[in-house]
Formats: sequence, structure tokens, C-alpha cells
Amino acid sequence: MAKRINPLMLQRIVKAQLWSLTGFTIGILFFIIFFISIKGLPQITLEFLTSNPVDMGRSGGIFSTIVCTLYLIFVSLMIAMPLGVGAAIYLTEYTRESRLTHIIRFGTECLAGIPSIIMGLFGFAFFVMALGLGWSILSGGMTMSIMLLPTIIRTTEESIKAVPYELREVSFSLGVTRWQTVTKVVLPSALPGIVTGIVLGIARCIEETAVIIFTVGSSLRLPESFFDSGRTMAVHFYILAREGISMPNAYGTAAILILSILFINLSAYYLARQFLKKIC
Amino acid sequence: MSKVIVENLNLFYGDFHCLKNNTLSIKERKITALIGPSGCGKSTLLRCLNRMNDLIEGVRITGRALIDGKDIYSRDINLIQLRKEVGMVFQKPNPFPLSVYDNVAYGPRVHGLYKTSKDAMEAVVAKSLSAVGLWEELKDRLDVSALNLALEQQQRLCIARLLAVEPSILLMDEPCSALDPFATLNIEELFLNLKEKYTIVIVTHNMQQAARVSDYTGFFLLGELIEFGNTKTLFVNPQNKLTEDYITGRFG
Repeated sequence: MAKRINPLMLQRIVKAQLWSLTGFTIGILFFIIFFISIKGLPQITLEFLTSNPVDMGRSGGIFSTIVCTLYLIFVSLMIAMPLGVGAAIYLTEYTRESRLTHIIRFGTECLAGIPSIIMGLFGFAFFVMALGLGWSILSGGMTMSIMLLPTIIRTTEESIKAVPYELREVSFSLGVTRWQTVTKVVLPSALPGIVTGIVLGIARCIEETAVIIFTVGSSLRLPESFFDSGRTMAVHFYILAREGISMPNAYGTAAILILSILFINLSAYYLARQFLKKIC
Repeated sequence: MSKVIVENLNLFYGDFHCLKNNTLSIKERKITALIGPSGCGKSTLLRCLNRMNDLIEGVRITGRALIDGKDIYSRDINLIQLRKEVGMVFQKPNPFPLSVYDNVAYGPRVHGLYKTSKDAMEAVVAKSLSAVGLWEELKDRLDVSALNLALEQQQRLCIARLLAVEPSILLMDEPCSALDPFATLNIEELFLNLKEKYTIVIVTHNMQQAARVSDYTGFFLLGELIEFGNTKTLFVNPQNKLTEDYITGRFG
């Protein structure tokens, strides 16, 4: 007869193991944040944030890269938000489940699976070269918006589906049209989910590198319009580290990157909770 | 006077013949109850009267349904106008996740009424809430979320939301089935008050409720209107054997 392990003992062992697995995951996160902060935070001064890079980034700050990142976020969202939310409204409110909607969904899933470097190449070939937009925030924003679409469509769709059918039904029964029902009842109830999708999109714009190098370029000049080339923080960090220009400045940039993503996630979480508190 | 006349109405879900040749007339400012076992088509008939069945795929309707003498299935009917005229209260209280005030103001706002005057809008909200007996309880708490109210209050609020768009017919689809017996009695009392101004059609599987509140009753079985008439007569002296069996609890 095989020797039985005491079930209580087994329970303790499993609990300890599961706990340490979870702890390990969280540990990695904290290690990364801690490591980057130790190396990067000392670099961050007001001057670092408000002055442009000097001598390829060897000295000076990262002001132009912050501006470029903000521009890129703006352009990407201005394109991806109406398209994505519109597509999600169409898929959930204006069509019934059919072969067509399956194909559309499958298409967006595939879009989500395309490696970003391929997206970058596509953006370069199509927007930069074929449409002649050159390396510019506009080219980059359009390419990024294609990448954001699947996330925005999916999160919006899920949150629209979570709105109970009864609310639509009662709205129709009051003589309200479908579009008015969507704008007055469905979208407000679905807002937290939609905001989540948009926030994920913002984070994606901040962290994306491959696409940006191909489409926005890496000019260190302060971009003056959407037709200018520029360098986002992520690209700046990549070039500083990869070409060994200045490791301290690279870590400084990395710290800002991580902090801003942390800040965005926390505020999205806070906003969603405030919103839920208000309606429940 | 007849407010609603249904003539030879048939309804099919795909191949399923759901309503069979229904003919009845509903009197103005009276309460008409539709009773019958589950799946007999009473709710479906109710939903024909504000064309909510249009939302379901594969529904085909023949025959006529007249409201104030106008066929609501004719081509030139304005669906929005029809649904403003014929309001509906659902089985489960379904307030919007908005404040009490915004719930009642929803209909008028969407229909662009009282746009210019905040006072007029507030007056409509007050009037609608008073009509359902909620004004005294809630006049100081109009900004709380409707989801925080008790179920009975929620159902009253749903009726107030409906009254704000000024319908003349109220369709009630088992409006008390989610409520406890006391709340049910309170809501029934409300129906008796509302009938002074509105024509009410109520679907219920609660026979006592039909007997208590309605003036006329129709008994449905498997999509057929078996018997229709004065509530007292129908309950005391049913003409049809099936009606008698149902109201004496032999089946259903």
C-alpha cells in the first residue's frame, strides 16, 4: 500500500506553494519598479522634465519626447476611439449574431495578434511611403490606432453587453429610438468599460517602440505639428540604452515611463470605482 | 366606449401559431385583466398593443389592432407616437441606474419636451411622482439613485416614469409578480386611482388580483381567447367549462 500523506499536511504544503507562486509574481513587479526607481529617480528633476535633450540625449532633459508622446496619444485616440466605439455599438446594438459579425470579430482578433514590428513595417510602407506622410506623428498615430482598435472594440463590446436588456426594452417602450437609447442609456452604463479600453490604449501608446521607430521616426526636435517627426519616451529610452549614449538618462526616462503608466492605471481604477459608486 | 379593438389577430413565431384569431375590445378608463396559464399568449397579446413584438425576429402578425379607431399595424403609423401613447410596465421593476429625478425626466427629455423651462420639467416630475404616491416620500431625495429604493418604490417609480410621457393606455405585464403581498395590495390600490385617467390592461397569473382590480377579464388558453367579459360575471358565472376549470383551480 502506498504511503498516504496526511491530508492536513498536504493542505499546508499546497497553500505555501500557491502563496509563494503568487508572491513571486508580485515580487517581480515590485523588483522591476524598485530597480528602475533606484536607478532612475535620482535623475528626475524639474529641469530634466522641462528641457530638451542636448547632444543626442547625453545631457539635457526629455521635454520634446514627453510632448511627442502626448501628441501621439492624442492622434491615436482621436482616430481609434470613434472607430472602435462605433464598431462595438454596431456589433452589439445594430446587428444580430450572424456569419458577418463572426467574421468581423475574427478579423479584429487577428488584428490583435499581429506582431507590432509587422504593424510598424506596414505603417512605414503605407502611411510613411505610399501616402507620402513621411515620418510623422500623424503616420504613427494612424498606425497606432489600428493596433488599439481590437482592444477598444472588445472592451466596449463587453461592457455594452453587460448592460441589461430590460433597460433597452423599457426605453423602447417609452417611444425612444434605438440611437437615443444607445446614447442615453447604454453608453452611460457602459462607460467604465469603455474608459478601461481607452486607458489601455493610452498605456499602449506610451510603451510602444517598434511601431514608433518605423512611423514617427526618432527626431529629437520638439514637434510643432502632427506632420513633424518626433521621438517618444519609449523610443528615446531604447536609443539611449541601445547605443550606450547615457545610461543614467535612459533610467530617468524609464522611471518616468513606469510612473506614468502606474499613474494612468490607478486613476482609471479610481475613476471606474467613482463611477460605479455614483450609479449603484 | 372602446379604446382598443383587436380583430382576428394572429401571431406566429416562425412556424409556431402563438395567438389564434383573438378578438376583443377594451373599454376606456377601465381595467381589463388578461389571465391564463403560463405560455397561453396573454403577454404576447399585450405586447402587440405597443408593438414591442416588432423587436423579436421572425414574428408575423395578421389581423387588426385598433387604438382610437386607428390600425396600429398600418403603414402610416408613427411607432414613436404609438409607444408614447401606449406605455408599458414590466414584470421586474427596471429603473435606469440614474437618480429618481432623472428616471422620471427621461421620457420628456428624450422627446424634447419642456426643454426651455426647468420649472415645467420639475412640475411634470412632481406630478408624475404624486400620481403614483411617491412624492411625499421622495421629494427631498430626488437625487438618490433609483436603485437604492425598495422594490415597491422602484415599481411605482417605473409607473411614474411612464406617466411623464403622458400616455393614455397603460399595459402592465405581471407588474406585481416581483413584489410581496403587501406591496402588491398597495400597487393594486394605485391601479384603482389611475383608472380614473388611464385605460389599463393588466396581464396577471394571479386570479385573485384579476378579480380584485379589474372590470373586465379575458381568459386565454393556448393562444385562444376562451372567454371575455365582465369580471364579476366571468368569475361567478363562467360560460365556458374551461374557464370554470381554470378559475376553480382544476388546472393551470
